[in-house]
Parts: sequence; structure tokens; C-alpha cells
Amino acid sequence: MSGRVLVGVKRVIDYAVKIRVKPDHTGVVTDGVKHSMNPFCEIAVEEAVKLKEKKLIKEVVAVSCGPQQVQETIRTALAMGADRGIHVEVSGKDYETLGPLQVSKILAALAKKEQADLIILGKQAIDDDCNQTGQMTAALLDWPQGTFASEVTLDADKLKVVREIDGGLETIKIKLPAVVTADLRLNTPRYATLPNIMKAKKKKIANVKPADLGVDVSSRLEVLKVDEPPQRQAGVKVETVDDLVGKLKEAGRI
Amino acid sequence: MTMIFNKVLRAGFQAGLRFQSTGPQASARAAVASLREAHGGFSFELTEQQKEFQELARKFAREEIVPAAPSYDRSGEYPFPLIKRAWELGLMNGHIPEDCGGMGLGIFDACLITEELAFGCTGVQTAIEANSLGQMPVIIAGSAAQKKKYLGRMTEEPLMCAYCVTEPGAGSDVAGIKTRAVKKGDEYVVTGQKMWITNGGKANWYFLLARTDPDPKAPASKAFTGFIVEADTPGVQPGRKEMNMGQRCSDTRGITFEEVRIPKENVLIGEGAGFKIAMGAFDKTRPPVAAGAVGLAQRALEEATKYALERKTFGKVIAEHQAVSFILAEMAMKVELARMAYQRAAWEVDQGRRNTYFASIAKAFAGDIANQCAADAVQVFGGNGFNSEYPVEKLMRDAKIYQIYEGTAQIQRLIISREHLGKFKQ
Repeated sequence: MSGRVLVGVKRVIDYAVKIRVKPDHTGVVTDGVKHSMNPFCEIAVEEAVKLKEKKLIKEVVAVSCGPQQVQETIRTALAMGADRGIHVEVSGKDYETLGPLQVSKILAALAKKEQADLIILGKQAIDDDCNQTGQMTAALLDWPQGTFASEVTLDADKLKVVREIDGGLETIKIKLPAVVTADLRLNTPRYATLPNIMKAKKKKIANVKPADLGVDVSSRLEVLKVDEPPQRQAGVKVETVDDLVGKLKEAGRI
Repeated sequence: MTMIFNKVLRAGFQAGLRFQSTGPQASARAAVASLREAHGGFSFELTEQQKEFQELARKFAREEIVPAAPSYDRSGEYPFPLIKRAWELGLMNGHIPEDCGGMGLGIFDACLITEELAFGCTGVQTAIEANSLGQMPVIIAGSAAQKKKYLGRMTEEPLMCAYCVTEPGAGSDVAGIKTRAVKKGDEYVVTGQKMWITNGGKANWYFLLARTDPDPKAPASKAFTGFIVEADTPGVQPGRKEMNMGQRCSDTRGITFEEVRIPKENVLIGEGAGFKIAMGAFDKTRPPVAAGAVGLAQRALEEATKYALERKTFGKVIAEHQAVSFILAEMAMKVELARMAYQRAAWEVDQGRRNTYFASIAKAFAGDIANQCAADAVQVFGGNGFNSEYPVEKLMRDAKIYQIYEGTAQIQRLIISREHLGKFKQ
């Protein structure tokens, strides 16, 4: 057991920003827009740092795929308590088409290279809402997975994961090495304190290219069009209950 | 978008409305030098670290201070839980040198943080800022032993300190203070009355200015001495907590010194050096106070803007009526200019230069515009603005003191005119 945990952190448009579709409908406006760490990734980092504080694991490595700017996101993870970072350089067209399949191939390759015991990811990113990377990474590595985790307990090489499912909560036990994806209620991410922000500058971020890991980042998906959700239509006012029932029948609702 | 209810509910403010603040910072001199080269000698760019500090302070202020501020304002209760949290996050005591366990931040970085916290609540922010004011004489004039003892303890636990100069009979006229310190053997015995001391009832120790030369003709530059006084020294009697117009959760009191014995080890520099120390502290503390006023003005602007985009009258949102949008425009002008003023003042002192001129300009201007912006915000809210269920009436009450403490608006003008004429005559 290396005691090493890989945490994936994604740089996304900040949750509070009002999203605007580009005039050419090829995507959303990202230039000059505030970006931050995906909230579920923050929860993932927090869980990893907590495990380290409990001395159940030895090292937390934060990983992000993208252009130069993702280093800010890695630094945030370092300020929260990660030990070092890995920046997988993907830019330009490749970055625009980068999706869960390519990222999971990268994470799988890194997990083998770094001999990680555990990968913790956010359950999904708030920009594409894919909810696929964790599952694909586990499949590529042939590792067990505990997704939608709201509670994680580590005991030697066994992981007890409480999962949030439609019917309620499911508790499973899986063996390390494994992949866990963090759900909302797993923990409350800490603020990076000022001294930790300063210390984070001294921590190392290694640069790696997908080719170095033997990963082809070309995508088999093509985005045809991006549109805003349809505008909410105004309602219609009716005078009597009979009118209401009549209109609902007309619209085929009852 | 997924259901991040917790976060969306907790953070009430759009991150997008405000753009990043500006100004170079001397604490990373190499980085600044290369920035200067790249930007043609002048730069409004923050370093990555400064942006992260600002982000942390902003998040803390908006998520934790903003929701708690109204109830602290109503009760007047000292916001110790918030202060403790700020201390834990490293947002307090930034100036304390690294060898005393602090972060040795420059004034510029401290101002960035101060503005964000003040946005949340200037009462909370003043309680925190009073620590910097009390510590500054020790930072600039303390011996290694004094610094280790009195600054060191501030980094080990969330303690407060206070700057004890003003008296019931002397505020602006510092040379007119009457508190007497008489040397008796290895001690000084102090008797007198101080007033309007922020953190007066919560401080662990005070910086005290007292008159040591009984000769009324002695020049101010020789007649006063600065002391560090432990708050639990017998004879130190804090008065009642004063009920003020605004910043009500901040603890302001009169303090009586009745034959208080201070060991000579607690004298800063030496007898007679006090006036210069007390005044020297202001060059470093006025920019943060100006930053606080800007934080309040920014809050006023954001609240007014949000309201103006929601409230409808005569068929459209009030922001579309020029009378209202012009009010917002003028508020924006004032906020941007005041921000640049405090940044310049902070940057000058971090470069190692005397910044009195810029510090006074920043404090005078920021204090004035904070009051104007707060009143304008109430105006934009109309009848609702006058009501305590809406956040802007508190801003008006909180803003007034910025024209009074840390050097009144009038004193600032005295300083600025003196500096300006002095430069002109050269």
C-alpha cells in the first residue's frame, strides 16, 4: 500500500456566474468569466485531506487536465492540504473536446504510474453534468467503485462507502485500490487559511502531457449545437374552474 | 447546473458584479519589478497570492459575516465567534512579523483583506482592525523582547489589544492629553482617563500614550511616552460599553487608569519618544481604515444595484430610470476612486517611502464617500431603505464614524494642506 490518494480537480465556470451561450451556438462564453474549482471536486479534496489528517493515508496528489489556468485550481487544492499537484497539459481544440472518456484514461494511467491506492473524484462537474469519469476510471483500471458517496470509512485495505441512491442510502464494502466519487453531503470543504495559501506556493506541481502517459485525447464526439433552455412561456388566466378544466383537457394534460 | 443548494443559499451575492481589485505589491519585489517591465512601469495587476487572499477574505465575509451582522448590530454583542474564525483563517494580525509567528504581510495585502471584511460588517471589521492599530506601535518601535512577548501571544490565541490615546478632553489634539506617567524607581505610575477606546473591554493589553514631562512648555516630540500595559494590571478600570450610532458590535469604552504601575521594560524606545511612535503608526493604519470605508461603500453600491434591478416603478425596473442609474454611476465613480487612493497609499508605504500625503488623502476621501454612498443607497431603496429590515440603514449609521476616528476629516485636510504646501514650496 503506497498510502497515496489521487484527487481529480476540474476548473469550471463558477457556480454563481450567469451562463451565456456564445452567439455562434458552439458553446458557452468562457472568456473573462470567473472560474473556480468544481464544488464536488472541493468535497473530494476535503475528504482526501481528512483521511491524511487521520493518518489513514500518506499523500494527497491533486490532478487537473487542461491549459495553463488549471494550475490555479491545483493551487487551491494545495492550499486546502494536498501535498503536490500534477498538471496534465491539454489545450486548444483538444481541451474543448476533452471529456470523461479521455480524462478517465489519463487518470487510470496516472494511478498506475503513481501507484495510487485510492482515487477520489467529484461525482460530476457542474458544467457538463456527465457523472461518468469516476465510473469509467474504475472500469479502465478494473477497480471497485463507490459512487455518490456521502460517507467514507477506511479500515486498512477496506473501504466502507455509504452511497446516496434514489431509494435512500446503500452501504457497500469495497477493497482497495478503488475509486470513490463524492456527493454533496460527504463533508463541508474547509477554507484554505491564509498561511496555507502562502505555504501552497512552495508545493510542487509536475507537468505531464497525455502523450507521455500513452493516452490519445482525441474525441469521438462532436458538439453540433448549444442552445439556451426555452424561455418560460407566460401563463394564461382563466375566469372559472370550468374554464380551467376545459383548458387543461385541450392541452391534453388531463 | 446541479443542486448545490447549500452553497447557493449561503452565498447571497453574485460573484460577477465586482471585478478584481488592482495595484502592485512590494512584498514580492522581484515579481513586481518584472511586472513593471511588462506593463510599462505602472500596473494595476494583483499577484496570484493577493488574488487568493482577497478570494478567501471575500468568501468568509459573504458567507459568514454578512448573515450574522444584523443580529450583532441589534444586540451590540461582541462578535467573538466571527473574530475567532477570522483569526483561525489567518485573516487577522497580518502585520505581525514572521519571527513572532505572524505572516509579515505588507499594508497593501492587509488592505485587500480589510476591504472584503468591511463589506461584510464594519463593526466586526473595526474590532479586528483595532488589533492592528494597537500592535502597530510595537511593530514599528518595539524591542525584540517586547515584540516576542506581546505580538507572539497574539498569534498563539485569538487575543485582542487596543490603542489607548484619546481622552475625554483630547481627541484630535493628541498633544493635549493629560494622562500622567511618573517615574518611580523601576516603574512608571500612570493616572488618567482615556475614552472611545475600541476593544477597550476586550483587550489583553493596551498601547498607552501618557505625558511623562510635567513641564507644560515641553515640546510634544519630547513630552510623551508610549507604554505597553497588560489589561489585568491593578488600577486599569474599563468603563461601560458605550452605545454608539453604528458599528455597534464593536466594543468602545472609557478606561480609567488609577495609579497603574508599569515596569520600565514596557516603555517603547524610551521616555519622551511616545508622540512620534503614536503618530508613526497612523501612516500604516490609515490606508486599512480607508479600505474599510471602501468596503462599506462597495456594499452600499451592490445592495443598491441589486435592489434597483428588482424594484419596479412606472412600468420598468428603477435602474432603467436615469435618476436612479445616475445615482449608481456616481456611487461607482466614488468607490473606484477611493479604492485606487487607498491602494496608492498602501503601496507607497510598502515601498519604504513616507506616505503621509497619500494616506491622509485616502482616509479623508474614503470616509466622505462612504457616507455619501450609504446615504445614496438608502435613497435608492426609498421607504424600504429607511427600515431596519433592509440592510442599508445600518450602512448609513456605520459610515459616519469613518469621518471621525483615525483622524477626523478636518484633521486629514490639515495634514493634506500642510503636505501639499510643503511640497510646493520646495
